[in-house]
Amino acid sequence: MTEARNYTASEILAILASRQLKDGQVVFAGVGTPLLAATLAQQLRCPGLTILFEGGVVGAFVEAGKLPPSTNDQRCTKRANMVLGSADVLLLLQRGYVDIGFMGGAQIDQFGNLNSSFIGDPAAPKTRLPGTGGGNDISSLTNMIVAMKHEKRRFVEKVDFITSPGFIRGGNSRRESGLPAGGMFRVITELAIFGFDETTRRMRVLALNPGVSREEVQDNTGFELEFDENLHLTEPPTTRELQILRQLDPERLFTA
Amino acid sequence: MLEAQLEPYSRLRENLAARDRSLREKVMSLEEAAGLVQDGMKVGIGGSTMSRTPMALIWEIIRQRRQNLSCSRCIVSTDGDLLFGSGVSDHIITSWFAQGILWGLSKVMRHHVETQGRRYEEWSHMGVGMRFRAGGMGVPFLPMRAMLGSDVMRQRPEAKPIDCPFTGERLLLVPALNPDVALIHVQRCDAYGNAQIDGLQFMDIDLALAANKVILTTERIVSNDQIRRHPDQTKIAFLCVDAVVEVPYGAAPHECFGIYEPMLKHMDAYVKQVNADPVKGMQEYLEKYFYGPKNWNEYLELIGLEELLEASQRGRSIYND
Repeated sequence: MTEARNYTASEILAILASRQLKDGQVVFAGVGTPLLAATLAQQLRCPGLTILFEGGVVGAFVEAGKLPPSTNDQRCTKRANMVLGSADVLLLLQRGYVDIGFMGGAQIDQFGNLNSSFIGDPAAPKTRLPGTGGGNDISSLTNMIVAMKHEKRRFVEKVDFITSPGFIRGGNSRRESGLPAGGMFRVITELAIFGFDETTRRMRVLALNPGVSREEVQDNTGFELEFDENLHLTEPPTTRELQILRQLDPERLFTA
Repeated sequence: MLEAQLEPYSRLRENLAARDRSLREKVMSLEEAAGLVQDGMKVGIGGSTMSRTPMALIWEIIRQRRQNLSCSRCIVSTDGDLLFGSGVSDHIITSWFAQGILWGLSKVMRHHVETQGRRYEEWSHMGVGMRFRAGGMGVPFLPMRAMLGSDVMRQRPEAKPIDCPFTGERLLLVPALNPDVALIHVQRCDAYGNAQIDGLQFMDIDLALAANKVILTTERIVSNDQIRRHPDQTKIAFLCVDAVVEVPYGAAPHECFGIYEPMLKHMDAYVKQVNADPVKGMQEYLEKYFYGPKNWNEYLELIGLEELLEASQRGRSIYND
């Protein structure tokens, strides 16, 4: 059954992602949905949330209607506590100052590995994608929330190329590769919320979005999904969440 | 492919010993400064994405039709397109290559990498940073904890995973990057090259220390007295700098913190044109905006007064409240 919804897929992505954040956390955010979600959390529930940008910004407050076009623009520095060199802000991740890394994704696999580099064989790629940016550093060094569109071609058994590591080949392979800290925490899509099994490190469905069935999630996923024993239904976006989100992005740059 | 990325320490020291590091005037024209960049050089580019891009220098280097430049920058935007599209560069070292998040994939990058054999050498953002930092520190490598376990690392035989001699942990060593020349755009500097940078500094300080030669373009040249009033604001010291060029709006159509934001109408039109046809669209863009104008001011005229003023209004608004 589908009900009439008063929100777009991008809006529910941003809202559900924002609900994953807790007050007092230090969050490394990318531009687009991650930044919207972090700012929404900051304005609604988490005044003590600190946002870092890889351009070198520590503790920014983004203004409604003035979203930065990248994490390296002057708008990111508005009311920030400090600006650093970009290598130095990334080193905060390595030292362990960051609770959550928060980004979008082009292609993800069952172990939460992300690909933003190549579609097809890297030696003769069908499509050369933009690459890692800080994505590899963030996902190597802290706990990740990924917000992305749910399509079969984006949710694959094995990514063509691991740009940003999740749990690599599952089990202990992440730690054994030299990444003792962090890992995939949550994946948020317009269909569901996913976590990762403590032992196998495979992706599993924790909650279904309003009006979405198990079959719909499975049909849009390129590998077999496990469903959590406490699988539940996510509360729909509230009027207040939608109202603040729309104030943040009145031109619908990232929420159309 | 380990194409002698590492410069021997002795040569780095000899290069530096041969540079005139005295407090002397270094002001020259854009044409003269771009002439310091020679075919085949390793060129480090300051700023990041659409911010403080040394666009005027890139513009003049393209006009002088340099060849085989190997360019490095933490993140590239349309500057990467232009370096490939004009043919001056066949190798770009960076962590992210597209026009900007707003526009999706760069068809220009895709065309040149997928079908023309040009190389986009991908490192993580911190990887690029540690390479410039090692270069600036005068050591051959630095250890880091990212990139491990990923295919980004597997594509880079130049990076060496090791077991730490102290703890036994897995670490990745990334090699120093010492460009032959660095191109950096700043808000202000004096005639000696003491540069003050407002806002985000990106990797420019490490880049200036790492390079064997540094060319600064600046929105304005101020007196040495002004610099000495606020020495804490000086981010790049004169002794790293070899050339100074005053170029107002020298990052256009990208932004320069506190002075102008990106010129998004121009950027939108550019992206539409080159992504529709990465060869012909780029050629027409270069003819009109790069090869055609007599000088930089004429290029700015083509971008248009209204766009420059709008970008300036937005750029300065950072200081309004």
